[in-house]
Amino acid sequence: MVDVTARTIETAVPPAEVPDVELYHPKSWLTTWVFSQDAKIIAIQYSMTALTIGLVALVASWLIRLQLAFPNTFSFMDAATYYQAVTVHGMIMVIYLLTAVFLGGFGNYLIPLMIGARDMVFPYVNMLSYWIYLAAVLVLVASFFAPGGPTGAGWTLYPPQAILEGTPGYSAGIILMLASLILFIIGFTMGGLNYVVTVLQGRTRGMTLMRMPLTVWGIFTATVIALLAFPALFVGAVMMLLDRALGTSFFMPAIIQAGEHLKYNGGSPILFQHLFWFFGHPEVYIVALPAFGMVSDLISTHARKNIFGYRMMVWAIISIAVLSFVVWAHHMYVSGMYPAFGFFFATTTLIIAVPTALKVYNWVLTLWRGDIHLTVPMLFAIAFIVTFVNGGLTGLFLGNVVVDVPLSDTMFVVAHFHMVMGVAPILVVFGAIYHWYPKITGRMLNEVMGQVHFWITFLGAYAIFFPMHYLGLLGVPRRYFEIGQTSFVPPSAETLNIFITVVALVVGIAQLVFVFNLFWSLKKGRESGPNPWRATSLEWQTPETPPGHGNWGKELPVVYRWAYDYSVPGAEQDFIPQNEPPSALNGARAAGH
Amino acid sequence: MLAFLAVLATIAAWWLSQQGLAAKPWLEEGVPVGPRAPRRISTEPAKLGLGLFLAVAGALFVLLISGYFMRKGLPDWRPLPMPPLLFVTTGVLAASSLLLRLARRSAERGAREETQLALTAGAATAIVFVAGQMAAWRQMLEGGFGIAGNPSNTFFYLLTGVHALHVLGGLAALAWTFAKMRESDDLASTRSPIGLCALYWDFLLVVWLVLLAILTGFADGLGEICGRLLS
Repeated sequence: MVDVTARTIETAVPPAEVPDVELYHPKSWLTTWVFSQDAKIIAIQYSMTALTIGLVALVASWLIRLQLAFPNTFSFMDAATYYQAVTVHGMIMVIYLLTAVFLGGFGNYLIPLMIGARDMVFPYVNMLSYWIYLAAVLVLVASFFAPGGPTGAGWTLYPPQAILEGTPGYSAGIILMLASLILFIIGFTMGGLNYVVTVLQGRTRGMTLMRMPLTVWGIFTATVIALLAFPALFVGAVMMLLDRALGTSFFMPAIIQAGEHLKYNGGSPILFQHLFWFFGHPEVYIVALPAFGMVSDLISTHARKNIFGYRMMVWAIISIAVLSFVVWAHHMYVSGMYPAFGFFFATTTLIIAVPTALKVYNWVLTLWRGDIHLTVPMLFAIAFIVTFVNGGLTGLFLGNVVVDVPLSDTMFVVAHFHMVMGVAPILVVFGAIYHWYPKITGRMLNEVMGQVHFWITFLGAYAIFFPMHYLGLLGVPRRYFEIGQTSFVPPSAETLNIFITVVALVVGIAQLVFVFNLFWSLKKGRESGPNPWRATSLEWQTPETPPGHGNWGKELPVVYRWAYDYSVPGAEQDFIPQNEPPSALNGARAAGH
Repeated sequence: MLAFLAVLATIAAWWLSQQGLAAKPWLEEGVPVGPRAPRRISTEPAKLGLGLFLAVAGALFVLLISGYFMRKGLPDWRPLPMPPLLFVTTGVLAASSLLLRLARRSAERGAREETQLALTAGAATAIVFVAGQMAAWRQMLEGGFGIAGNPSNTFFYLLTGVHALHVLGGLAALAWTFAKMRESDDLASTRSPIGLCALYWDFLLVVWLVLLAILTGFADGLGEICGRLLS
């Protein structure tokens, strides 16, 4: 062991492999704050836009819940509004909020800082990426005001119903929705190319791939998946747009509607499902992998312990990314596809649970005997692990064809999906905001408000989605505007629905505490100093907080170690920053490892 | 699509294997130097960015082609006669690609006049190519093959249209390069963008040849083999 240490310690700093970049220096207020090419500003623009449109989706979820608990009560709810709310809620949450906030928001802010770069490699393209994303959001919002309102086709936009008369938003809503998706994908591709090239080329001296914090690994890998998966949605959206606008028949079979033969003929709705889910399943990991990465860093920092099995974590991220491309058809067990396919996809689905479970074990082992600080970010991180395990386990149920077939159209799927892909990642978004807010603003978020926000959100989410599993097992169908009188649904299901709705309203309102906290702490929050969590990774070692233009002052940092040197025996402090040169004392600790 | 991804995955795996993924970062301090240190990709960022973009655009075309073969298997498909004009435009695009390669070579030699001439000719031929494609569409429309007439018609317009849009995007980049070249006296500063354009044109040509092979039915055998493998 001593040999290894002696061989690997190098104090000489080699010359920079990549020449220092020439930064764009903004000259006016407009180019500094609005049309900014600084990744940090772009990150804030992305996050604020995503969170704002996310609030719209939150209100949509209230509408859904009000209808389910109190059918025939509200004059503003009819079947069309219900389906529009369902579609808007799902689409915004998955794509315009989660994807945008993880990659556009955290990706932009953290990648350059964590790898020791001054900015993204192509700042101009990065700026365009945000503005195209904003245009996509605005086109989506425009559909709310279009004649007929937004589309009510469900977030999967399945043809043929998505573009048939009778579906809400048939006239303009669906066209705007598809146009908005196309814009989103173009904008994302611009940003995505940036993130990948920056991680590959922009790393500072000493920052090998295996020294990158897991957050960067997660965002990097998710971006690679997204770059390859989004084209499938793009193709699907373009083809459907042609079907709707020009009357082509990519996805549209021959249909007789109200006794009239429509112009369509011979298309294949299943083709759309393949394209959609070829994007749709990787999308789960586009959201999950950055969350995995951030949780790893949060847990390690707040438990003052190095992450358990760093190498395994990296390998797991890569294998999940590869496997995510061969599981898509498990969303299509009930589509009437060839049964042997089902067997293949069930197998791959169960295999993907292996690297995922490995990550969960490693998080738990990182916590084990750690010096756990129950700060707000840590609470959110632990809540994520618990929730992700819950949602993941029901995923194993649904991955099996025989279990999926009876459960597929029930509330069980809604509960599973929200646990694993809704609640779990959003808990990480919150945790990460509480964790990195001090770096972004120089002030801490208020702890009391944070605790209130956490407990209501966490317990509330369980009160909402746990009973929903039970409703699903009873056979309560999803997608229905109104259940009405059915022999197999007992009256208690109604009471449960009312309970869920009341909790959903409370949890929704509690988010205002968070929003208030964001603005209040900007002025009144306690000053944080450069490194309030005493963390090791590079973003906490910037000369200024918040980091200035170009991030690092005159000299780029040099990295001497991995990102997880916490509680090193014999070291002066319980953390050693990545850019601290090796000393005799630190050398001695490696021998003691 | 999966085959395309497999190729990408192989490249990624090869590269990752050079990056010391088996390293034990918790035991290693200092800045890694020497032959055993993980190597960076030595290309310039813009070229790497373009390479990644080509992978994304490649995925787009591969998905369109997969859709083509899946839709083709359905009973209402009626094969489409290809206008012979397409073979002429193919020649034009090949010439355009060659001219850009020529421009790259002249730029490397530092011959400014030659570079400018080759770039202009390359751009002009690319414009002729797009115009030729549009003429081909016109011929098809006049021949009664409307866009919504049959899925084979629709795919013809979609595939050629998406490809033509990529050519137009390339032309925009070329125009930017040209403007930059006129601005600066130093040819060296535009050498890299010219090289990137040449690479992109090679990509456009390869994609077009594949699309042509598919549209003319030349690649039917291959499609059938793929279909059998999947079923």
